[in-house]
Amino acid sequence: MLYKYKQKAVVAGMTLMASAAWCAEGASQTTDTGDTAWMLTSTALVLLMVPGLAMFYGGLVRTKNVLGTMMHSFVAMALIGVLWMVCGYALCFGSNVLGGFIGWNSDYFMLRGIDESITNGVPEYVLAMFQGKFAIITPALISGALAERVYFRGYCLFIALWFLLIYCPLCHWIWASDGWLFNAGANGVIDLAGGTVIHVSAGTSALVIALLLGARRGYPKTAIHPNNLVMTLMGAGLLWVGWFGFNAGSTVHSNLDTARALTMTQISAASGALTWIVIEAVFFRKATSLGFASGVLAGLVVITPAAGVVLPSGALLLGACSACVCFYALKLKDKFGYDDSLDCFGIHGVGSGLGVILLSFFIRKSWMASAAANTDAGSWSAINQFFVQLQGLGSTIALAAIGTTIIYFIVEKTIGFRIDEEGELAGLDYTLHGEHGYGMINVDAS
Amino acid sequence: MKLIKAIIKPYKLNDVKEALSSKDLARMTIYEVKGFGRQKGHKEIYRGSEYQVDFIPKLAVEIVVTDDQAETAMEAIRQAAHTDSIGDGKIFVIDVEQAMRIRTGETGADAL
Repeated sequence: MLYKYKQKAVVAGMTLMASAAWCAEGASQTTDTGDTAWMLTSTALVLLMVPGLAMFYGGLVRTKNVLGTMMHSFVAMALIGVLWMVCGYALCFGSNVLGGFIGWNSDYFMLRGIDESITNGVPEYVLAMFQGKFAIITPALISGALAERVYFRGYCLFIALWFLLIYCPLCHWIWASDGWLFNAGANGVIDLAGGTVIHVSAGTSALVIALLLGARRGYPKTAIHPNNLVMTLMGAGLLWVGWFGFNAGSTVHSNLDTARALTMTQISAASGALTWIVIEAVFFRKATSLGFASGVLAGLVVITPAAGVVLPSGALLLGACSACVCFYALKLKDKFGYDDSLDCFGIHGVGSGLGVILLSFFIRKSWMASAAANTDAGSWSAINQFFVQLQGLGSTIALAAIGTTIIYFIVEKTIGFRIDEEGELAGLDYTLHGEHGYGMINVDAS
Repeated sequence: MKLIKAIIKPYKLNDVKEALSSKDLARMTIYEVKGFGRQKGHKEIYRGSEYQVDFIPKLAVEIVVTDDQAETAMEAIRQAAHTDSIGDGKIFVIDVEQAMRIRTGETGADAL
């Protein structure tokens, strides 16, 4: 992710992270223990977000669907975990093929060519695994929009195709050194840790899939209650903690940039949570725990693209703006009647989309100066960057929307996506997994 | 013998328990229930949207007493569970045919 900083800020035009050249020279490099230690930690922190997300989503659904919903996140760790090793890393970080639509590097196929590779002081295994965790959490985010109403097999096929056809191209465009959005404008689209690649892509796909699948039976007439907000809050807490690996780890170093990203992440999350409960206190005279958790997420997703370039005051404002905008975005589903069950679009799509755009106006001077130095005219303004950001956002939305529509029809027409009525009423846990999340009565407790 | 079955507000449980104990009726079975009557549910807020919740959590309290204690027990429960607002609950009195203490085999009022 901030492969960008490395190349452009330090040695412009230096051999890129994603190029095969490292493999040859890698063995002779030594490991930077500081950078490597932090990247190993970050990799673990980002993986921790997946069970965090499972708890967050799991608590929000009805009792009969708690396991099915948590499995949507957990199975991504296995399914995308395998796909990433087989071909994901090659597709994302190989050199341009198919006119730059996607990348490919046969050395990365099955990760077979990086055994000796050390890149800028960090073993490439660590970088590959760090990136792999992002690939895992992204399709899991979409599960919020299709909760409580899909076959497990249909979901698995959906996320596998979504990963290959949407995530890999986007990741390549924005983070690979020869990606077209990486090289757009003076210094590329600014997306530190996946505002476009992860949150806007997942959010857009969430909206599309919610529209195509239709609402859960009874929605919105029947009240659909969270089964366990305690678990949701614990999940939100894990997400907040994991996000430090997500954002600060994305600097791929352990230095000043890392400290900046970590600081902005904390400020924005706090600001988002505070803003949300103040809004609730004003409108409802009550600060809800789910509102608090939503505010934390709103603050985190908005700063995800921006944590590397904004200042503390910018982070504070971004978090607050995101909470305000997301609060109203959640009402859209009541107005238009789509069932984005756990608000993946309303928070991840809207909040992070806002960050991708708004960050243009909060960029620190030193970044703007280095961007200006990259242009022929020697100048670069916030408005210039704003249009680059729009280009990144627009391409992400277009690919995610079109791709998700196609994948939906493939899955629905082949192995089936939307679960039958009886299964939906009985609940995913028993119908699809043969289990119950909570013991109703433990008859032989002694 | 009578079964007194009271549906009360959950936070009134302790008051009801003490009121019954003070009348030498220190025993009961309770369970969590949900339902609605005139109170007709309440509103809950999830992510900024208000939802009408029809079934409100209540506690059911059961105690079996002799016929002459029934009036005392009902009055004790009523006074302890009373808040004068809608949703205070109800008390039912039901005839009980027989009772037996499992440990000793005593029956009738001796078993209570």
